[in-house]
Amino acid sequence: MEPILELLSDNCLYSTKDMAAMLDMTEEEIEEKIKSYKDDGILLGCQAIIDHDKTDGEHVCAFIELKVNPQPDRGFDRIAENIYRYPEVRSLYLMSSSGYDLLVTIEGSTMKEIAYFVARKLAPIEGVVSTSTHFVLKKYKSKGIIHRNQRLDERENCN
Amino acid sequence: MIDYSKALSRKARDIKPSGIRKFFDMLEGRKGVISLTVGQPDFDTPWHIRDAGIDSIADGHTFYTSNRGTPEMRQELAKYMERRFGLRYHPEDELLVTVGASEAIDLAIRATVDQGDEVIIPVPSFVCYGPLVEMAGGKPVFVESTEDEGFKLTPDKLKAALTDRTKLIVLPYPSNPTGVILEREELEALAEVILETNAVVLSDEIYAELTYGKKHCSIATLPGMRERTVVVNGFSKAYAMTGWRLGYSAAPAPITDAMFKIHQYGVMCAPTASQYAATEALRNGDSDIEMMKEEYDRRRKYLVRALNEIGLPCQKPEGAFYVFMKVGHYGLSSEEFCERLLEEQQVAIVPGNAFGECGEGYARLSYAYSLEHLKEAVKRMERFVRSLNK
Repeated sequence: MEPILELLSDNCLYSTKDMAAMLDMTEEEIEEKIKSYKDDGILLGCQAIIDHDKTDGEHVCAFIELKVNPQPDRGFDRIAENIYRYPEVRSLYLMSSSGYDLLVTIEGSTMKEIAYFVARKLAPIEGVVSTSTHFVLKKYKSKGIIHRNQRLDERENCN
Repeated sequence: MIDYSKALSRKARDIKPSGIRKFFDMLEGRKGVISLTVGQPDFDTPWHIRDAGIDSIADGHTFYTSNRGTPEMRQELAKYMERRFGLRYHPEDELLVTVGASEAIDLAIRATVDQGDEVIIPVPSFVCYGPLVEMAGGKPVFVESTEDEGFKLTPDKLKAALTDRTKLIVLPYPSNPTGVILEREELEALAEVILETNAVVLSDEIYAELTYGKKHCSIATLPGMRERTVVVNGFSKAYAMTGWRLGYSAAPAPITDAMFKIHQYGVMCAPTASQYAATEALRNGDSDIEMMKEEYDRRRKYLVRALNEIGLPCQKPEGAFYVFMKVGHYGLSSEEFCERLLEEQQVAIVPGNAFGECGEGYARLSYAYSLEHLKEAVKRMERFVRSLNK
């Protein structure tokens, strides 16, 4: 991967100044590169990874397998559009599985909310044949980050 | 009541505590300190290496191993050394697995030094050589180098330090604390001087895997040098395995045999689980090194640029994970600078004179820390030097 993209994937809070120093480049070069990544649709955005278990708010996450009938003219794309338009849908993938076609990640405040969303919004979409909902019980790792408390730096104990 | 002043050996009483230690004691009990002091990786040991150690225990490999180290590990070690550094050693009688590189250093010194023998130690360098030489009854001969000399041992200075009592020459490169490496031509120039003597070289290559841009060159690969060199290395820095306490030495059989005898009586063998883990590291760990090195390299570049920007000049180190920065131009001694930095901005770094008197005017920073950590330290150091400029 391109070094700038690698750094941003690792930590989206890196400033252009930090990245310039780490990669031995000028800030202008970094800014230009980032702009071109955005223009070319390579860099779509940079997001925080939050451990919702440690916040006060309620947060539920579910994976939903959708079996669909692809449409003759536009295949899966039209159905996908009808699904990803909802902000509750956090990710949507076309899968190679034999059991289902689309995998949807939904986030909401309660299980009930997600259940309603599936029943009232997802299932009725034209072309959707069936849904199978899997609620996440515990997150161990997401987007490459392990969900655990910051560990104490044990290294100071020695020397 | 026992009189400890009489109970303890003169050597043990006289030996000076480490200058790094002294600074660590100052840290104790303080809250909110940002420390750049440690000399060990911040990465966890890679999982496949940890698993190999865990599996060895689960499988019941809980006995002493062959005192030289398991045959399997020595085989892998020989392959690794050739693959990575072009060094060729016989696993049977030229390799010795030790309790950290530290033990290997101690063994090499004790195997070569008699009462009153001289050992040449370039400074600034890591703190262990002098005291270990003294414990062996030898006399450390410190050869100083300046920033103008790139903190490198020069052939002229080496020549000037040689006497007919010189038994051992320590070559601690890539260097802790300066991050300096010696390139092939520089080693050749030193070798020319060394080949005129009967001295053995102790080449401490613990940071050999952590060089940036240039590949590490071992002096043992130069013509005529293999027969008189003890190469010392270990797993702590390259594979983030400090707690496993595993190192090794590579030297011709007559030297290895002598070291082996001392090792047998002193420690018997290195920890068995660690040897199993290290064997896995040698087999499948090359990519782990690259991953960590890439990360260190970014931090190195960041820190060097940031320090130079805030008025703490430093060269770009080519190895290890330390920056040796100049602090003397603020009119404070290294210790004063570091003490005040700790008092006023809660940043801990190690004064350069802990690594030899010629380190006065400098301080060592470790970049084995996350970038966030380094950034916070830089921010505080900037506030500190601004306050000194007023």
